[in-house]
Amino acid sequence: MIYYIIRRLLYAFPILLGINILTFVLFFVVNSPDDMARMQLGQKHVTPQAIANWKHQHGYDLPTLWNEEAEGGGKVTETIFYQKSVGLFLFRFGVSDSGRNIGADIQQRMWPSLALALPSLIVGLLMNIGFALLMVLFRGSYLEFGGLVLCVVLMSVSSLFYIIGGQFMIGKLLRLVPISGYDEGLGAFKFLILPVLIGVFSGIGSGVRWYRTLFLEEVGKDYVRTARAKGLSETRTLFKHVLPNAMIPILTGVVVVLPLLFMGSLIMESFFSIPGLGSYTIDAINSQDFAMVRAMVFLGSILYVLGLLLTDISYTLVDPRVRLS
Amino acid sequence: MSSLLSLKFRRAGILSCVLFFVAVLLVACGGSPWNDPYPEQDDKQAVLYMSFAERPKHLDPAVAYSENEYAFIAQIYEPPLQYHYLKRPYELTPLTAARLPEIIYYDKEGQKLGQDAEAKDIAYSDYLLEIKPGIRFQPHPAFAQDKAGVYRYHRLDKAVVDALATVGDFAETATRELTAEDYVYQIKRLAYPKTQSPIAEIMKGYIVGFDDFAKQSADKPKDALRALPMAGALALDRYHYRIRIKGKYPQFSYWLAMPFFAPMPWEADAFYDQPGFGDKNITLDWYPVGTGPYYLAENNPNRRMMMFKNPNFHPEAYPSEGEAGDAEKGLLKDAGKALPFIDKVVVTLEKETIPNWSKFLQGYYDSSGIASDSFDQAVQFTGGGVMLTDSLREKGIRLHTSVETSIFYMGFNMLDVTVGGDSEKARKLRQAIAIAIDYEEFIAIFRNERGVPAQGAIPPGIFGNEEGEAGINPYVYDWVGGKPQRKSIDAARKLVAEAGYPNGVDPKTGEPLILYFDTTATSVDDKPLMNWYRKQFQKLGLQLVIRATDYNRFQQKMSAGNAQIYVWGWNADYPDPENFFSLLYGPNGKVKYSGENAGNYQNAEFDRLFEQMRNMENGEPRLQIIRQMQEVVRRDAPWVFGFHPKTFSLYHGWASNLKPNLMANNRLKYIRIDPIKRAELRRQWNRPVLWPLAVAGALCVLLFAPAVSAYRRRTHRPLPEALAIKTEAPR
Repeated sequence: MIYYIIRRLLYAFPILLGINILTFVLFFVVNSPDDMARMQLGQKHVTPQAIANWKHQHGYDLPTLWNEEAEGGGKVTETIFYQKSVGLFLFRFGVSDSGRNIGADIQQRMWPSLALALPSLIVGLLMNIGFALLMVLFRGSYLEFGGLVLCVVLMSVSSLFYIIGGQFMIGKLLRLVPISGYDEGLGAFKFLILPVLIGVFSGIGSGVRWYRTLFLEEVGKDYVRTARAKGLSETRTLFKHVLPNAMIPILTGVVVVLPLLFMGSLIMESFFSIPGLGSYTIDAINSQDFAMVRAMVFLGSILYVLGLLLTDISYTLVDPRVRLS
Repeated sequence: MSSLLSLKFRRAGILSCVLFFVAVLLVACGGSPWNDPYPEQDDKQAVLYMSFAERPKHLDPAVAYSENEYAFIAQIYEPPLQYHYLKRPYELTPLTAARLPEIIYYDKEGQKLGQDAEAKDIAYSDYLLEIKPGIRFQPHPAFAQDKAGVYRYHRLDKAVVDALATVGDFAETATRELTAEDYVYQIKRLAYPKTQSPIAEIMKGYIVGFDDFAKQSADKPKDALRALPMAGALALDRYHYRIRIKGKYPQFSYWLAMPFFAPMPWEADAFYDQPGFGDKNITLDWYPVGTGPYYLAENNPNRRMMMFKNPNFHPEAYPSEGEAGDAEKGLLKDAGKALPFIDKVVVTLEKETIPNWSKFLQGYYDSSGIASDSFDQAVQFTGGGVMLTDSLREKGIRLHTSVETSIFYMGFNMLDVTVGGDSEKARKLRQAIAIAIDYEEFIAIFRNERGVPAQGAIPPGIFGNEEGEAGINPYVYDWVGGKPQRKSIDAARKLVAEAGYPNGVDPKTGEPLILYFDTTATSVDDKPLMNWYRKQFQKLGLQLVIRATDYNRFQQKMSAGNAQIYVWGWNADYPDPENFFSLLYGPNGKVKYSGENAGNYQNAEFDRLFEQMRNMENGEPRLQIIRQMQEVVRRDAPWVFGFHPKTFSLYHGWASNLKPNLMANNRLKYIRIDPIKRAELRRQWNRPVLWPLAVAGALCVLLFAPAVSAYRRRTHRPLPEALAIKTEAPR
């Protein structure tokens, strides 16, 4: 397995290089260094000299990919691409165009994102699995039918509606929790109740239907009939036999998103004023801050590669028939 | 076994419910409301709670130039002058300066000239400033020294720096007295190219030696700036310094009220520029060092920023005089009392308007603007004008409105062959368009009445703006029944015909004349506005084609002179008509000179009057020239004077000493809060409502009970009965 992991990590290298180049090309096709300077310098008294000075101070007055005027290795190293992008492979994210250290910002902001995303994932998983099992338990009854209809209704509603509606109902009308905000440590608990609830509730429709499908697939199998024939109760059959076998696709679906939990949710964090990474990338794009954009794209790519690798490894843990080679 | 288990589960369930209700009762009987986002210990403190929507990019006063940045640094940094909080029209008063600057004029031989010298004879002007003694900086580690007088934290090891998280991690802080050298150092920082000050290019044209200093310091490290002299900025002694300006520029005094000219201690740069500090975001751009009433205690621009009262703040008293009516409004109740009244300012990031508005109504923000989606909830228009709705009045909320010192206008590119130039034909076309675009309707539809139509280039509150009949634009309005009335569309059509486009038809093509509107309004939400603009031009039979691009392409078009018609705005740097008329001054043309005259308007008469007006003191002679200038631009119509925005601000009843001041950014020190009243009202408004939870719980039980009961009956059926059912033959 160790060789498999090493091999997968080495495969990631050219992928990340390709992503770096693609991000760079896409960014500079749309934005020029002059455009970036104007975004940073504001709207008043922006002269060509001020733009030239800004570009010089930030290293954007170099050629983008190839420096004809430099000599030897300088043709490659004295370019915007080399200066700004190559350091990423050493996890040197550098400084944003507004002067903030990107690595420090990411370290500071990823924990609030995680504080929101992890409970949402765990609680959501428990609720979805629990309700799906209930629907399987009461299959054929009015509860199952009603549940299915409710799931479709819940899926049809936009998550933005849940956020605004949830803030209105629970924060404004019932006044049970703060409408928005965040605090450090245990103080974050009361601020996370509402966004976690809304995150879970908005995902129940699709989640329950998906897990119900997985459980129903298992419920029809021979080993389940055998378990019933042995005299096991329905609940015991579901929890002890159906659930573990249905966990394989559940687990792999969850493991792949685990690393991405750090990246946060743009809309949730925006409405609940949670200082996470969710809006970091969007802010970077809006302010045309290439340093931030390339750092976040790189980070997202690495986390995704890591997620896929963890998924493959988790297969071997839950299914003894699978071997990595 | 299963019955034992189910009994255990039942007991666990009942116990959980009991514990839950006990917890609910305990919390409900506690102090602050459940939805209070702030710590309970701050309830009865003099804390001001505000919000911001966009994080400030820079807090270095040499770089910061936008409103959301000034909201912070104006409370921390103190330039030598400030605007009087209460008096109108806006006037400058000393802040850290002992008095207003003494201005001495010199000719090119260095001979002193009198105050009434002609501007053309003045080679340079000296601004002499005296600083009040005894003003001290906020406590900061940059000033901390050991017993030998060596700065403790100016040369830190890597290991020490690696262990730091914020500027608050330093054990020791110290302070020192403000000196004139600190002001001179800041001016040098403005000129230093690595600072990238947005006003560097402007000041090159005014401060003697500024450009030379920039060139000399370009490749030097920052710690060389102190020793490098600048001819135009000199500390004469500990409390006196001089700034030398080329020629005569009376508006320079206004710049001295901006944070650009606030003092900067060299120790701050020496402290923050150490290796490794930037990696931790411990920089001057994020942790200011000033002498103001507040210092920035916490800076997390993604969550909140907190300012605490500066313990070293110099004595400053609330103003004892204002304008007529201030005393009756209670604005002089605190006359002579020591500032500031608030101990702490907590500013929280709220990106979305809905939670921001809800928290304001709950009392968790002391002030708020009014977003479009909550406008009808907040404000209603009656015969008597604008007033708050009943629900807000009942909460004791107050509304303050003020016309901003800004203008939004539609501009014509005067280099364009169709709409530009000074031919009579083009002028009539522009005048016709100015009549047709109904800005009263625009303000009603798109601004919720938050604006006043502009009659000229000068907004209200700035010298030169005139109310009443004397102030209207006679080419667009008539004075009817004591108020301006827009001319009829027939008058505009007549002008279009005289311009050579009868009914808007271009005689060369036989089709409606096509005009191009260059804009950055590219989103779906902008469609109604673009349709509205098209309709205005259609009134004259003209066809308006919208050319929407992103901001950068738009800027490129403007710089290259490729735009035809555009919309632009300007917010006053200072309360002087020169700041607005400079947008129409020929040598400020955008295409030729990269200036702020976006329409490239050039009129010799206007330019001559501008050069005469800009150096004059406010008074009747200046007003006469301004009137002539207004007449020229109204006749030439390089702009369709759009509107001056109106700000609607809401404040809770527990905040006092509030007066809109659009020039002063350092208003927080004057505000007073009644925290006891606030805490009481918050508790009243935010009692949690619990009965819906109980109802929801009961509904769940009712929903599940039949199914659970049926399931239990099925699983507890005796075996023979179950077998008997299963052995029945299918029919």
